Amino acid sequence: MKLLTVNFLTCAVKGCKGSAASFPLHFEDAELEQREIGYNPTFLSNILPRLDWDAITTTALELGFTNLPATKPDGSFETADEHKVMRDLHTLLMETEVVQGKMVCRNCGHAYQIKEGIANFLLPNHLV
Amino acid sequence: MGTTSPNQGSQEYEEQHVHNVYEQIASHFSSTRYKPWPIVQRFLQELPPGSVGLDVGCGNGKYLTVNPNVFIVASDRSVNLVKFASQHRPHASVVADNLSLPHPSSSFDFAISVAVVHHLSSHPRRVQAIAAILQTLQPSPETEQNPSNSKHVGGKALIYVWALEQKASRRGWDEGDEQDVMVPWVMKTKSTQVGNENSETFHRYYHLYRQGELEGDIVEAGGRVAESGYEKDNWWAIAVRNK
Repeated sequence: MKLLTVNFLTCAVKGCKGSAASFPLHFEDAELEQREIGYNPTFLSNILPRLDWDAITTTALELGFTNLPATKPDGSFETADEHKVMRDLHTLLMETEVVQGKMVCRNCGHAYQIKEGIANFLLPNHLV
Repeated sequence: MGTTSPNQGSQEYEEQHVHNVYEQIASHFSSTRYKPWPIVQRFLQELPPGSVGLDVGCGNGKYLTVNPNVFIVASDRSVNLVKFASQHRPHASVVADNLSLPHPSSSFDFAISVAVVHHLSSHPRRVQAIAAILQTLQPSPETEQNPSNSKHVGGKALIYVWALEQKASRRGWDEGDEQDVMVPWVMKTKSTQVGNENSETFHRYYHLYRQGELEGDIVEAGGRVAESGYEKDNWWAIAVRNK
């Protein structure tokens, strides 16, 4: 599961939807893998306005990535510096995959397993 | 064939008559599902680049190949089908139940749910499934506090279900027929002995939608129908949020 996905996921438990603590979900025991995918700055630039930057930063720091800009980049990629920012973002959001581990909701504490790169949000009966 | 099972309308029933079947036929099913249906293809192609949306009940992810300029988080209840879906870039796929979606509310530009809602085995559960999709969409601008913000467009969902009225199809159902049916899936399995071919038949539960029924379910789920129609044995509708 690529890291971009995490910005669009929250706890599947109904009662958690309204709680700020349920977003983003927090990684535990995450095993990462880099998988190359073609650099597409236009795609990233278009998606950027839809990202919750605080949540991206939280996720990145949890996984040990400390080189994110403090504020959301504006998505331009004219200069070499801007390209560098976009390339770093591409590496982090598009190419970094969580292949194993769990994602935990800080509201209810439920942990969702990630196996072979696929996160499983099916709830046990008592949480449905 | 009608169904009068006592637990129809429950998650256990769908586990037995929908989820377990797809899990077992996943590979064979996936090999037969690759051609996008025209209405769904058009809906996805017309989205502005950078749109973010959901494919609820994505199956093998055949709609993830249509538009690489949007980002789709796809989900399905079948782990085996999600394994196929997760191969399509730049999108993402997770395992989830469509009545308990793992997505933030009021966030998405679009959603599709193609040939999914008809697998829910009671009217309240089908309405609930549609409501769960609507909840993920950005609210419609008409109900926004600041309607002058003309750049803001609410999210829209394309929902696609099997029609009762399909007289010309192989199944031949039509108006007046039983709407809750078990539909066979015949899977050929090669035997170890050369030349021997066996087949196994699985049955999936479907609710066949009458004309107008999908629109009714959408309204009941708190949505508004922006557009709707019929395409080759299926009813479809594009829904937006009312509140």
